[in-house]
Amino acid sequence: MDKQEWPLWEVFIRSKNGLSHKHVGSIHAADAEMAVENARDVYTRRMEGVSIWVVESNHIHASNPEDKEAFFDPANDKIYRHPTFYDIPDEVGHM
Amino acid sequence: MTQQEALFTYLQRLGDTSLILGHRISEWCGHGPKLEQDIALINISLDLIGQARNYLSYAGEVEGKGRDEDKLAYFRVEREFKNLLIAEQPNGDWGQTIMRSFFFDVFHYYFLHELVKSKDEQLAAIAAKSLKEVTYHLKHNADWVIRLGDGTAESHDRMETAIEELWMYTGEMFDMDEVDHILIEAGISPDLSALKSKWEAKVQEVFQEATLTYPGEAWMQSGGKLKGIHSEELGFILAEMQYLPRCYPDAKW
Repeated sequence: MDKQEWPLWEVFIRSKNGLSHKHVGSIHAADAEMAVENARDVYTRRMEGVSIWVVESNHIHASNPEDKEAFFDPANDKIYRHPTFYDIPDEVGHM
Repeated sequence: MTQQEALFTYLQRLGDTSLILGHRISEWCGHGPKLEQDIALINISLDLIGQARNYLSYAGEVEGKGRDEDKLAYFRVEREFKNLLIAEQPNGDWGQTIMRSFFFDVFHYYFLHELVKSKDEQLAAIAAKSLKEVTYHLKHNADWVIRLGDGTAESHDRMETAIEELWMYTGEMFDMDEVDHILIEAGISPDLSALKSKWEAKVQEVFQEATLTYPGEAWMQSGGKLKGIHSEELGFILAEMQYLPRCYPDAKW
């Protein structure tokens, strides 16, 4: 028997309408249709969601951990990028 | 036979089929070919056992002698079980398990579609809840019949073998007797003969896509549902299923 492994898929579940899909884990499946069913069977047994996305894991491109310093450290001292950095004039009221 | 007696028998037939098939499928727990399929089967098994609880608790109420779901499930003997023979057939390989469920799911799906219209409100409510579950069972198992039938030469052969093994148990699903006639008359249960052509059409449609052979007219085994006469398989299932409550009555966990 062919012991070839089924490809890996990443599973994203939307817990309720209005929220975004969130990564919950991965499953194995032979194709997209089976992946959605397997995701349903493995990740929505306890009413976790109202919608499922699956994407084959090899379609996901990730940042390289070695690039961590160059990628993420420069943001450390740019506090002016946060909205809380700015004083809002009283006349503006609630935003 | 009174209508109450007929309903009591009828509820046991429905409950026993779900219970025994659910128990059979649960034997796959920890043995599925993949983690995902292991969980998928166990979800189905739990759905069926949940349905069995609903039917058997109601059966106990209708009987009115103080028996609850557990008394009925664990303290009746083989000849008192009224499940369809197909439910007790061995799991065999993965293909045979899928085919057994598929044959039953198609029937179950069309049956529940009618049962939701029952004049017995409790039965209609159980049917409505079960129908959602069974709609998924049918989709899941039909998909697998197609995958395996139209898969490799080996998977195709195994599915053909599964059909040969199980076909003679498919006719019993449509058997009826006095119990059915009393309840059909009262608007409580559907006429099963009206479901047969739908069942055949659906099985043919899926087999065509799965490149599998539809056997057609053949001799059919019956006797489980109407008479409580079972294959040798049921005794082994009951021995395992009933051992604990019979050794330790009223055990809690």
